[in-house]
Amino acid sequence: MSSTSANAVEHAPSPSPGAARALLRRYLDGDEVAHVITLVFAASIILITSLLVYQLWLNSAASRHAFGWHFWISQTWDPVFEHFGALPFIYGTMVTSAVSLVIALPLGLAAAIFLSELAPRNISDTISFLIDLLAAVPSVIYGLLGIFVVVPLMRTTIGPALKGAFGFLHIFSGPNYGVGFLTAGIVLAIMIVPFIISVSREVLLTVPREQREAAMGLGATRWEATWKVVVPWARTGIMGSVFLALARAVGETMAVTMVIGNDPKITASLFAPGYTIAAVIANEFTEATGSLYLSALIELGLVLFLITFILNGLARLLILATERGGGHPV
Amino acid sequence: MMRIRLIWRKSLNVVMLTLTGVAAFAVVSVLFMILGYLIYNGGKSLNWAFFTQLPKPVGETGGGMANAIVGSMKLLVLAALMGLPVGLIAGVYLAEFGGRTFAFIVRYTTDLLNGVPSIVMGIFAYSLVVLPMKHFSTWAGGVALGIMVIPITLRATEEFLHSVPNSLREGAMALGASKWKTIATVILPAAKGGIITGMLLSLARVAGETAPLLFTAFGNQFWSPGFNQPIASLPVMIYTYAIAPYEDWHRQAWAAGLVLLGLVLLANVGTRLALSRGGGSRSV
Amino acid sequence: MRKILLGLLAVCALAFTAPAQSGTVLLNAAGATFPYPIYSKWFSDYHDAHSNIQINYQSIGSGGGIRQLQAGTVDFGASDMPLNDQLLGQFKYKVLQFPTVLGAVVPTYNIPGVSAVLKFTPKAIADIYLGKVTKWNDPEIASQNPGVSLPGNDIVVIHRSDGSGTTFVWTDYLSKVSPEWKDKVGSNTSVNWPVGLGGKGNEGVAGLVEQTPNAIGYVELIYALQNHMNYGLVQNSSGKFVKASLATVSDAAAGVAAKMKNDIRISITDAPGAETYPICSFTYLLIPETISDATKRDAIKAFLHWMLTAGQGEVEALNYAQLPKAVVAIEMKQIGEIK
Repeated sequence: MSSTSANAVEHAPSPSPGAARALLRRYLDGDEVAHVITLVFAASIILITSLLVYQLWLNSAASRHAFGWHFWISQTWDPVFEHFGALPFIYGTMVTSAVSLVIALPLGLAAAIFLSELAPRNISDTISFLIDLLAAVPSVIYGLLGIFVVVPLMRTTIGPALKGAFGFLHIFSGPNYGVGFLTAGIVLAIMIVPFIISVSREVLLTVPREQREAAMGLGATRWEATWKVVVPWARTGIMGSVFLALARAVGETMAVTMVIGNDPKITASLFAPGYTIAAVIANEFTEATGSLYLSALIELGLVLFLITFILNGLARLLILATERGGGHPV
Repeated sequence: MMRIRLIWRKSLNVVMLTLTGVAAFAVVSVLFMILGYLIYNGGKSLNWAFFTQLPKPVGETGGGMANAIVGSMKLLVLAALMGLPVGLIAGVYLAEFGGRTFAFIVRYTTDLLNGVPSIVMGIFAYSLVVLPMKHFSTWAGGVALGIMVIPITLRATEEFLHSVPNSLREGAMALGASKWKTIATVILPAAKGGIITGMLLSLARVAGETAPLLFTAFGNQFWSPGFNQPIASLPVMIYTYAIAPYEDWHRQAWAAGLVLLGLVLLANVGTRLALSRGGGSRSV
Repeated sequence: MRKILLGLLAVCALAFTAPAQSGTVLLNAAGATFPYPIYSKWFSDYHDAHSNIQINYQSIGSGGGIRQLQAGTVDFGASDMPLNDQLLGQFKYKVLQFPTVLGAVVPTYNIPGVSAVLKFTPKAIADIYLGKVTKWNDPEIASQNPGVSLPGNDIVVIHRSDGSGTTFVWTDYLSKVSPEWKDKVGSNTSVNWPVGLGGKGNEGVAGLVEQTPNAIGYVELIYALQNHMNYGLVQNSSGKFVKASLATVSDAAAGVAAKMKNDIRISITDAPGAETYPICSFTYLLIPETISDATKRDAIKAFLHWMLTAGQGEVEALNYAQLPKAVVAIEMKQIGEIK
């Protein structure tokens, strides 16, 4: 920049057209312009996001004013009498995400441990590559497989097996339709497990060798060294991967609406049909007659946005903390 | 006493480590199962008619998804034209010009945008484009997808620009090039492999998105000329056909799923292979 | 190589962005899934006959049709539920309603091992959907079907998850035959269902019933027929168990033409008559009275004319009943009101 400021001193603005043209050319050809242009594009992202939040806020105003905080705890979703409450959908979103996590976390962590600790590097890389491909499969294809593979499986095999073994528990009570919370949770689990694996694998790889070696030097078996030393060291990052996966699960629309049964009820049984925020918006948005109805759906969208906002924020914080601090000593 | 405990610990060791291997194997096998189902069910339904014909009226067998295939392509073209430049140029800003706080805000906002559920993006595009235009349209679908393309492109651009060694920058400056000339002629070309990968991956990601198209691009049984009309797309067709009772529609849904997944995986595998093989200055 | 690629790109670009040829009229419509099979046939055949007119119809449910017409994003809508005065008042302009066909909503079921045609009383249907009758071998069902061995399985109730005119017809009927239903749930395109799973569109409900053992759902007749699904007889107000068919559905519309002269909106559920099928409905196209675009207006009017004449000849093949001649006459007059 020093050369240009020197030029500025030498070629002080003068009225002659030649100098003015030179000045213009300098500015058109300069870094300042590039700086401004790139800045504008970067700022446009902030503009788009702000506009999105603003639109959500604005278009949900009718519903927010009509129901206030009651919206979050009301169980009714009645378009006829125009009573809208978000609780069944929040419940459904939480339950399906929780189920998916219960399945995906042990599975994903175990696989990540295998890939980081046990497998030779090239096998680990190949398998990681393949698992990353799972993350690229579009959601509607998971839905397709959900309808034609998982739902019948749930109805004929998994459901009866669970009922046989654990039927006395509330969560496995009630009739088994094939669609429901559990099926949605299973499909979601497959969708989020790649996230858990890829992030956990990376943080496990950053754990310093000395930790493992010290543990083994003290007589620990390979497993004990991994489970009691390495994994706790990386636990912040692993937690981060969990929140990342949760954020994905919570916002998932197509795969869920195709297998959850679309019934806005709060039931204890995992076999029962349910509804999530994303699914109800997808099903009812184009036909919400009456502006209060539409406003309620948009308020649900705002709720969903808030939830993913918080989860993503937490994920980012945790993963950042691991990258900076290198994990926690046990 | 100690012996028993030792045997227990040793067996636990073997069992748990085996289980981790089983877990990894299980996850990978899910991928192959998905591929297997799609290839089997979709493969036997793929025929020439699928690629060249329009959908038939409800209940009649036959027909195809030619309009949906072209529709998805048009939507991707729009998304690319709208989202890729923003991601690229904003990425250049963050990597080359960014100040501390503003760059942090931009990065944070981009992360936020990336985390927005796709259905909410659909609501946004509906109120932004469909309502003022009084029309469902390819534009609206393109806008929704285009916004979703930005974060991935931006992250790839920033990452790969950062990975270009400073020696290249300093060398160019030493030769008298201005900053933007350095970026345009030296740094970007050096990072272009990774950046193009990021772009292709972002497009592959939005190609499979259904939710944002439900109330933006809407749907169309016919060809959709220009960009002002509603348009059919592969993911929406898969959804519509899968939840319907008609066997013939199920058959076509599988075929469409195979085509969609094939393209998405091709993009992912192809770009990653090209990246790992291609040289250039990347540290990832 | 590069030149070939660029050339290919240019050709593709031209093909993609080619605007509609002049003279092509592109109309967008959305709404009911109830008549979707016949509408898709009509619009396809009409396009074959008039290749410059393209009517793109998306079946998103009657609620969707009404909503999108309100928002102005479609040229016309379709709904099984006629717009009442309150809904009409929400439009900024006048909307004309044109009945197109008569259809029936049937209770379709999928009970493993039972291929017989079941008989349903109004009370049975209401109690199933209220969640009071939960098993297939419940006396309320079994007593009307003595020869059939019904299993003791739980009934899986299927309803619509989207805003549906078919739901309106179904709940309208239930409100007429069950005071408890009318009180608790009411009738509309979208209601607060006491029990059941939701499917999207008639297609989604049929799909769910088809794939879920012990399920019962309500769909337009053609969906049950096209997918070879069992559907039951319903007891009408005269006490007879009637199967939905062209004859029994047409009976429901007998004699209503006179009432429709004053108000074309009418409910024909639980209609009187010995052989009448009790769960029938007209389905309506919702057309704005004033259409500013002249080419679109002419195309719509031409289509309506075709629909009321040649189009009616196609409906019986798909098991919809034709409009009574008197109603056709009323509608022909109404076409003239479109400016």
